[in-house]
Amino acid sequence: MHIIIVAERKLAYFLCRTFQAKKYDVTVINRNREDCSWLARRTSATIVFGDGSSPQVLQDAGAETVDAVLAAAPRDEDNLVICQLAEMKFHVPRIISLVNDPDNEQVFRQLGIADTFSITLLLSSLIEQRVDSVGISNLIPVAEGKITVTEVRLTDKSPAAGKAMSEIQMPENSLVACVLREDQAIVPRGTTVISGSDRLIVISVPQNHSAAMRILTGEPVE
Amino acid sequence: MVAPKQLYAVIAGCGRLGSYVANKLSARGHSVVVIDVDETTFDALSSEFSGYRIEGDATEFRILQEAKTDKADLLLAVTHEDNVNLMVAQVAKKVFKVPNVMVRVNDPMREQVYHDMGIDTICPSIVAGDAIAAIAGALAFPAE
Repeated sequence: MHIIIVAERKLAYFLCRTFQAKKYDVTVINRNREDCSWLARRTSATIVFGDGSSPQVLQDAGAETVDAVLAAAPRDEDNLVICQLAEMKFHVPRIISLVNDPDNEQVFRQLGIADTFSITLLLSSLIEQRVDSVGISNLIPVAEGKITVTEVRLTDKSPAAGKAMSEIQMPENSLVACVLREDQAIVPRGTTVISGSDRLIVISVPQNHSAAMRILTGEPVE
Repeated sequence: MVAPKQLYAVIAGCGRLGSYVANKLSARGHSVVVIDVDETTFDALSSEFSGYRIEGDATEFRILQEAKTDKADLLLAVTHEDNVNLMVAQVAKKVFKVPNVMVRVNDPMREQVYHDMGIDTICPSIVAGDAIAAIAGALAFPAE
């Protein structure tokens, strides 16, 4: 997997670390010379100094052959142009964009960039969720918030503890996608017995999110 | 004689080009809204300018809404930043369905890609370059 990342210093650095741990081949495009040498010293990624929204710079970064482009610049208009050039000029198979203004998620989709994530929305929903309940975290809205992915930490007092999955009546359009037990990730079957020390990854529509949390943890949410 | 239609024009960017066009369109009796992030640029508008000024970032959807872009006959994206212009122009064309959209793009390579996409782009370097080449051509072949 070869990916081009267009991002500022810190974000580029942490993305590099994450992707390189997964053995991705990473190229970073950054338009600040100092940031570039800073990144070059700290990561083994290929660093390209230049404006990622310039066709020439994208080409130098190998856009013709990469598998993915991640546009994570601080300004939405730059990300839009990066994505459009990657798609129209270089035919990159997978293009993902950060949007800063949440309104732009919709706008980008209308302009043909379907794969976006909004940091603002992610953060605000995370914060809301953390405030709600300490046992529930990592709420990720997917598909414009039509689906939420939540991590739930159970206790021995949780109603789900000690029950087999088939005995737990999950509300409609919700499911326990994964059970995290010690270092293992288990995709549960009906016979899987949930323990009080498990963490569960729950996928649900937002309307049934609270009901699902109540059934699993017993805590009323919201 | 038929009276010319009064146009509603939204101009993103009130620099040298934006303010020049805004003054001109306004003087001809068209209604004009200019948008710029920097309100001091509005000083370049003439005292006869009768349009509206909006201080804000035209890449923000809400600012274009405020400018009633959905009613516009014409949108000009002429800030000094190519990417701002390209985004504003596409939002105007595809989301607000503005029938006439023109964009200034300084980088000729970027211009080509968007021109191929069916967006009316103007690249000042190409316009000036062609004019200069034409003059040079006339000097080289004085008989023509």
